Amino acid sequence: MERSEALFRTVLRLGDNSLVLGHRLSEWCGHGPQLEEDIAQANIALDLLGQARNYLTYAGEIEGKGRTEDDLAYLRTERQFLNVKLAELPKGDYAHTIARSFLFDAFHLPLQQALTKSPDERLAGIAGKAVKEATYHLRHSSEWLVRFGDGTEESHRRAQAAIDGLWMYTGELFAPDEAERTLIEAGILPDLASIKAEWDATVARVLAEATLVRPADGWMARGGKDGQHTEHLGFLLAELQYLPRAFPGAQW
Amino acid sequence: MDEKQLEAGFQAKVDAEQKIEPKDWMPADYRKNLVRQISQHAHSEIVGMLPEGNWITRAPNLRRKTVLLAKVQDEAGHGLYLYSAAESLGAARADLNDQLLTGKAKYSSIFNYPTLTWADIGAVGWLVDGAAIMNQVMLCRTSYGPYARAMVRICKEESFHQRQGYEIMCVLAKGTPEQREMAQDALDRWWWPSLMMFGPSDANSPHSAQSMKWKIKRQSNDELRQTFIDRTVPQADFLGLRIPDDKLKWNEATKHYDWGEIDWTEFNEILKGNGPCNKERLEARNKAHDEGRWVREAALAHAAKQAKKQAA
Amino acid sequence: MSNEKNETDFPLWEVFIQSKRGLDHKHVGSLHAADARMAIENARDVYTRRGEGNSIWVVLAEHLHASRPEDQGAFFDPADDKVYRHPTFYVMPEGVKHI
Repeated sequence: MERSEALFRTVLRLGDNSLVLGHRLSEWCGHGPQLEEDIAQANIALDLLGQARNYLTYAGEIEGKGRTEDDLAYLRTERQFLNVKLAELPKGDYAHTIARSFLFDAFHLPLQQALTKSPDERLAGIAGKAVKEATYHLRHSSEWLVRFGDGTEESHRRAQAAIDGLWMYTGELFAPDEAERTLIEAGILPDLASIKAEWDATVARVLAEATLVRPADGWMARGGKDGQHTEHLGFLLAELQYLPRAFPGAQW
Repeated sequence: MDEKQLEAGFQAKVDAEQKIEPKDWMPADYRKNLVRQISQHAHSEIVGMLPEGNWITRAPNLRRKTVLLAKVQDEAGHGLYLYSAAESLGAARADLNDQLLTGKAKYSSIFNYPTLTWADIGAVGWLVDGAAIMNQVMLCRTSYGPYARAMVRICKEESFHQRQGYEIMCVLAKGTPEQREMAQDALDRWWWPSLMMFGPSDANSPHSAQSMKWKIKRQSNDELRQTFIDRTVPQADFLGLRIPDDKLKWNEATKHYDWGEIDWTEFNEILKGNGPCNKERLEARNKAHDEGRWVREAALAHAAKQAKKQAA
Repeated sequence: MSNEKNETDFPLWEVFIQSKRGLDHKHVGSLHAADARMAIENARDVYTRRGEGNSIWVVLAEHLHASRPEDQGAFFDPADDKVYRHPTFYVMPEGVKHI
């Protein structure tokens, strides 16, 4: 794969991951379990949307066809979204939301940290801002996961069920596709195996503190990176993209 | 000191524009009146998140999506500042929330109207926040210190809310014919409910006179409503949109707009719970509360375990 | 007071924010949180959304003690007549600088 095509797809994926997860978290706004937590979760969603805008804008520039952040977010179809499946799963109960965020954040933080050292300056710049945000996100999701795991019987049960259910979606985070392999070889993207090592350490530490059990690595779901998603993404996009689709060419 | 002297001293402080602080002596009715007003205001912020929150996942571009999410998040913050002020009067948030969830407490009726199209997000920001800001600016000078301080903070933060709404309306009004129609339709539906936000006319306002004396309120409902109309009509003219009131006309003699009649039947019916979304709003709040119970219990249980560990 | 929903709310915390390094921490309001860590993190999102903060203190509301307003006279007036605590009490000769 050509370097620029690989960079486009990879930056697009970084944007899609943040966009789709940010969208999911924003669904809690006004419906959270507690007023203060509602505000916290909205903040995290705002951080992710900000990252998405930066990455998508950059992806549009790499592509060089004049597509804006909005063209990329609102006018691509299901098969053209490249985010990991973990990001698109429905929000579920609060344990599910927290567990998903935790599993993602534990990956996202070391990835963004490594990207700050990328020779691609734009990428390093965007990641530099994202690192501070991701640090806080991981702290937030870890602390809540520990509260659930080591809280009441019910919260423990819900948290373990969430981790168990989500586990099969974690493999995709670390399985490079062709675009990512191209960039890893070029030294633009960190080796995902090294990110996995950090992820493993974080997960082991937090699950232990939460008295939760790490599920066995079984079959892992794939496909998101290739645009083959769960059925859920189509509905998410139907909602996200409704207005620009219903009024083609209109300004908002 | 007996009650009468205390009350005279209290009123003297209020008349001298000194703020009343939480631990000061205050008439029981002043406290009651404040708790009622502040908590209604807080509930309005929280319930107000719902109609606008509807459109967070459907905002038409990423900038609008970000702004709307930040705005609805602000409403949560504002509800929180207000609950915080009410708690300084000894009213626990859990109890106030309970009154909201069981339908005993009121909140602003405006939030019982649905947001049907994207233009409603523009109209809500422009008109509903515009009307709310009139009230809130006045309340920055309210006699109860914590309430006044919360309002100062809220007013500072709200300044972008009305602007983002008007910006949406500007874009739609200058957009395609369909967008223009959408904007006019939103104005048609939100205009009268926005005027109702200022409450019953002074003659029929049960709490007004005493609230003015205590300087909880500083301007009457009708005064605020008229100022709002005077300010908003030129903004609608600028958009080229028509305000749905045939009697609306500039009066050169009074230097105010003359305008029509509010349909108080509609107002009273919504107040009684018969608005288009009363049921949905309360259901949504109850659902969030009920489904959040195990979350709150878990956090408390974990905190207790940690405290025990630290003590050991 | 107990409510119909039988709710046990998180405890109440008072929040103090230092807006800039070198300034005092100032009381900004309160919030509910299960523990101190949650209180500090919530305070960040509730009271410093627009970059108002540099440092946050939280204290359980039940641990905050206040002077009594009815004592106001006896408590604070005695400081009023101790003008010698203020620099303007002292007369400096014309021409003396940096004091």
